[in-house]
Amino acid sequence: MAKVVAVTGNEAVAYALKQVNPDVSAAYPITPATDIMQRFTSYVSNGQVKTEMVLAESEHSAMSGCIGASAAGGRVMTATSSQGMALMWEELFIASGSRLPIVMALVNRALSAPLNIHGDHSDGMGARDCGWIQLWSENAQEAYDNTIQAFRIAEHMDIRLPAMVCLDGFIISHSIERMEYIDDDAVKNFVGEFKALNPLLDIEHPVSYGPLILTDYYMEYRKAHAEVMSKVSKVVLDAAKEFEKISGRKYGLFETYRLDDAEIGLVILNSAAGTSKDVIDSFREKGIKAGLLKPRLFRPFPYEEIGNALKNLKAVCVLDRADAFGGSYGPLFIDIAASLYPHKNGPVLMNKIYGLGGRDYLPGHAELVLNELVDIAKTGKVKMIKEYIGVRE
Amino acid sequence: MATPLTLKELSKKEVLLTSGHRMCSGCGAPIIVKMVLLASEYPIVAANATGCLEVSTCISDYTAWKIPWIHNAFENAAATLSGVETMYRSLKKQGKIDKDIKFIAFGGDGGTYDIGFQSLSGAMERGHDMLYICYDNGAYMNTGIQRSSATPYGADTTTCPAGSVIQGKPQPRKNLTKIMAAHDIPYVAQASPSNWSDLVKKVKKALEIKGPKFMNILSPCNRGWRSRTDDAIMLSRLGVETCYWPLYEIENGVTKVTFKPKEKKPLVDFLKPQGRFKHLFAPENENMLKNFQEMVDKEWGSLLKASGTE
Repeated sequence: MAKVVAVTGNEAVAYALKQVNPDVSAAYPITPATDIMQRFTSYVSNGQVKTEMVLAESEHSAMSGCIGASAAGGRVMTATSSQGMALMWEELFIASGSRLPIVMALVNRALSAPLNIHGDHSDGMGARDCGWIQLWSENAQEAYDNTIQAFRIAEHMDIRLPAMVCLDGFIISHSIERMEYIDDDAVKNFVGEFKALNPLLDIEHPVSYGPLILTDYYMEYRKAHAEVMSKVSKVVLDAAKEFEKISGRKYGLFETYRLDDAEIGLVILNSAAGTSKDVIDSFREKGIKAGLLKPRLFRPFPYEEIGNALKNLKAVCVLDRADAFGGSYGPLFIDIAASLYPHKNGPVLMNKIYGLGGRDYLPGHAELVLNELVDIAKTGKVKMIKEYIGVRE
Repeated sequence: MATPLTLKELSKKEVLLTSGHRMCSGCGAPIIVKMVLLASEYPIVAANATGCLEVSTCISDYTAWKIPWIHNAFENAAATLSGVETMYRSLKKQGKIDKDIKFIAFGGDGGTYDIGFQSLSGAMERGHDMLYICYDNGAYMNTGIQRSSATPYGADTTTCPAGSVIQGKPQPRKNLTKIMAAHDIPYVAQASPSNWSDLVKKVKKALEIKGPKFMNILSPCNRGWRSRTDDAIMLSRLGVETCYWPLYEIENGVTKVTFKPKEKKPLVDFLKPQGRFKHLFAPENENMLKNFQEMVDKEWGSLLKASGTE
């Protein structure tokens, strides 16, 4: 029986981790992710999980410890944010290149400078090309559900890649919501026993991790990684199907909201999607065919499926909670534009940068954008393709 | 049954780092690794910091390691092995592993004194049951002999070259062995491949002690030291006999000098065969030689005092 609770996003993720009950976690505190590990270590101290902790002296060492523990042959998780992930940078690539199924909660937060502890997507977007799977979450329920599914996806024998679960710092991590917890046993059965692959601790069959590979074979390894990435979507969908059986909640590669017959649409990640959906409803009430697409599996990006979902719209605005400095557009826009590239008569696109450093994204912002899309749908003309919104001039 | 500490008996054991690796001929590091692994009565899982030893022993499909081995990056052999050791404890507690396994990290001086220092300090403080071994050749040899904080005073390296104004490295070495002892871990030691029996004994002792252990081992590098390829053992012996590299251990806070030369040789005996110190023998650098000798005398004196063997 599901249990209805009122919890914060961090609390929900910590509870999912308790139910998954990993063998080892190596972690380091950072706002706003700290709370996850604080809650989790109280489960450890009270004997509610079997997990052994490595309370590392930095995020670099935390991820290094996760890599060692995962290679040793067991289930491993951690959590971080922002600067913490930035310090892990080098290790993110080593975790994925070594094909280690580590699961990490990334409580999205802005990057310094200036120092800012609030939510935006600069950290996760910066890590988009590091070979990890990324699942993004709108609210506490999705963060909880994605955390549980991430283990099954990452540890799948066809995949064996690390996965990060992204949720918005403070907006989700520290806000209390109504949500449902699944039964412990159902979670336990869903993730299953960890299956070790070439574990270091199998001393009868010694393996070497982390070889030097130069011009002769490095590229083959990279290609193999790219090929594995191409198998992730199917595993994500299979996991979602199984997850629906224990939760009653449906997940896909992305969520569409009133998009089927829509003429104008928003593409937006995480918590701001919730705000946007309300505004979409009010536009629908006015008879305007508005819809929304919220990516869930951001890496690997489901280009084909998303292109097909958006190709028939007249005008689409991609809202980015991060900028790609020196690139033309925000990171989400670039991927959406790429997914529509094969569709000659696809929608007119524009890009808004919003909510950096935790700046509020309000219904008024969504209204402004949707009104602009209404005009674009009529005229086919965009005034400014990329623009910051909710910012002082 | 523990292997008796005789060459005859040790030579019957399997060498766990195979020949065919690509370390330079005359390098001290593989000699040290072989001695360390021969000393163990237990199965070992090893971690290796990026460096000469790592890039030369596991290339593409070829590995020289007959034991489980992991290389992660340059600065995190200790943190990586922390994770391995913690997983071992977790699985052992759960009854999924029953064997006694020991954990050893190998890092060069760059990966230990410098970039890996935080990771090492953290792992020691957390109390992981592991032995960290630094093979100290006194510079970043893998990237081409750049100075590290382990580079000796006055040494000529590619980033502190002896020139007309600066005569090699102006600063003395960081005394890492003492710093590790200041972590109040149960066992810290210095060893040298010239004194194989002392080295093997120390590894054996360290592996019997539960908790974090650190050993610093002098590792001659003929490329960086600019010495002959067949002089590694001779040079490491001179390092010991001049007291440039004293052999000692600190067990539960008690310092013991494990080898006291009958006659302490002058430091120049160690410096002279090495090209990296050649410029110190120019008449205008006489004072540097004097300073260097004083540094060595001071450390040796304080060690004797600490061990009560003045």
